Amino acid sequence: MSQAAAALTVAGACVTLGGRPVLREVNFSLTAGEFCGLIGSNGSGKTTLLRAILGFVPLDQGRIELGGQGTLPGGIGYVPQKIELDPGLPLRARDVVALGLDGARLGPALPSRSRAERVEQMLAAVGASEFADRRVGLLSGGQQQRVLVAHALVRRPRLLLLDEPLANLDVRSTAEIVALLRRLSRQSGTAVLLSAHDMNPLLGAMDRVVYLASGAAVAGKADEVVRTEVLSSLYGYHVDVVRVHGRVVVVAAEAREESHAAVERDPVHTAPVP
Amino acid sequence: MVLTAGFLDNEPMRIALSVGGGAALVCAVVGVATVMRRQAFAAHALADVSSAGGSAAYLIGVNPLLGFLAMAAAAAGIMEWADVRSARERDLLTGVVLGAGLGLAALLLYFDATVRSVGGAAVTVLFGSMFAIPAGIVPLALAVAAVALLASAIIHRPLLVSTLSADLARAQGIRVRAVALTHSVALALAVALSAMTVGAILSTALLIGPAAAALRLARRPASAVALAALIGLASTWGGTVLAYESYYWTPGRGWPVSFCIVTLIFCAYLAASWVGARAERPQVQHPSGCQGH
Repeated sequence: MSQAAAALTVAGACVTLGGRPVLREVNFSLTAGEFCGLIGSNGSGKTTLLRAILGFVPLDQGRIELGGQGTLPGGIGYVPQKIELDPGLPLRARDVVALGLDGARLGPALPSRSRAERVEQMLAAVGASEFADRRVGLLSGGQQQRVLVAHALVRRPRLLLLDEPLANLDVRSTAEIVALLRRLSRQSGTAVLLSAHDMNPLLGAMDRVVYLASGAAVAGKADEVVRTEVLSSLYGYHVDVVRVHGRVVVVAAEAREESHAAVERDPVHTAPVP
Repeated sequence: MVLTAGFLDNEPMRIALSVGGGAALVCAVVGVATVMRRQAFAAHALADVSSAGGSAAYLIGVNPLLGFLAMAAAAAGIMEWADVRSARERDLLTGVVLGAGLGLAALLLYFDATVRSVGGAAVTVLFGSMFAIPAGIVPLALAVAAVALLASAIIHRPLLVSTLSADLARAQGIRVRAVALTHSVALALAVALSAMTVGAILSTALLIGPAAAALRLARRPASAVALAALIGLASTWGGTVLAYESYYWTPGRGWPVSFCIVTLIFCAYLAASWVGARAERPQVQHPSGCQGH
């Protein structure tokens, strides 16, 4: 991996929140254009890691570096976990994308052809042109996700962080959003780090995976990381990585006190949709 | 109705139209952001607390606008400074501050009536009395309006992003607290102006009513602000003229200006809701359909 192309380096990152260690010595790096899944159960530290990369949460130890010369505020595209978009907000999808471009600027926006063109291109790139003039609060979950991705990417950041963007999406929208993100990251060279509690929708798309359990992480290619020995050592107890019908399930050998949603106890629940 | 000729030659009428117009404009601009941020209750609380300032001004004999401004700003400061973690906590804090402010107003209005013998102060402070606005207030009122409009224009875009999501704004490098504080200052100025015109109790109507009506119809932030300004100005000027005319309907006894303005705003809201509901109906049947008809 050439140093110049590094989009993100996380080295020995430790975070403690309220006296509780949330991230322990997390190490991984991403290069430009890479598509990386951040996999872990609820409470494994995914959101904290993303917030630490954004600079919202201070590190106790270690460092997080963005590629390129220095870090500009706003140099990272970000799609937060859950945004409640009120149907009454007087914002069209295209207004939300425009705010991604220059929302931090002071003063009202003056009409500009280049600005409008850039927004139009971004809307087209995420497949949102059709509903660009509708109030964003009236759009479906998948449509809103497209608009938020466009909002995050319109400034052409080196790094795009998405916090559980696939939660609450139906199967078809999930596949569409994953394919869209992968295509955009390839085209623009933006590194994508996407958190999810279920890795299955991402399996075919991920270049890399960062697997988190109780704040500790292993990173690498999916077939190197998602293995019985590797994950058992990460969890600190035996888990089996089982491949069924083209899906991966991680099954704990015995019932555990600490709940790990990523560790499958209820295989019926994630049975493949016919 | 035939308008009485020459109402613009009337000095109190001119003052009412200029101060009322400025207040309506500021309230429309600040009100749209306030309604979008779901701060209508906080705005109402600021207005109620500002009544204590208005009452104090009568007691010590200074410009009542200064009193409204001081108390609205103090209340906004308390509510911004307090570290609230949830919407529920914010509602409770707002309610407590509102109660304390109105209690103080009750005391000061009692002193107004007993110590200073300003018997009409209570009605003027709480319900406004536009034809009794002293001419000396006009420059200060217009300056306050200009500052509030300028502040709102400056933070327009960062405030919109913060309203969508504070995290989204932070990720763009927006200083969310500073933007919220600036909005609160603009809100306090708008509330004080509004309290000066339609009264502290009714100022919520001028702040929230036109904005709420506009948001029923507008799909873009700029058109929401423009529409709210139109509704606010039309209601305020229309209500002022109606009140002036009312001296001829019930001879010798004119109707309160505040009543006329607030009633017009309420009618505008009803009309906007009706039009907005009709405009949304075809969308429900054809979710992918074009709305540009």
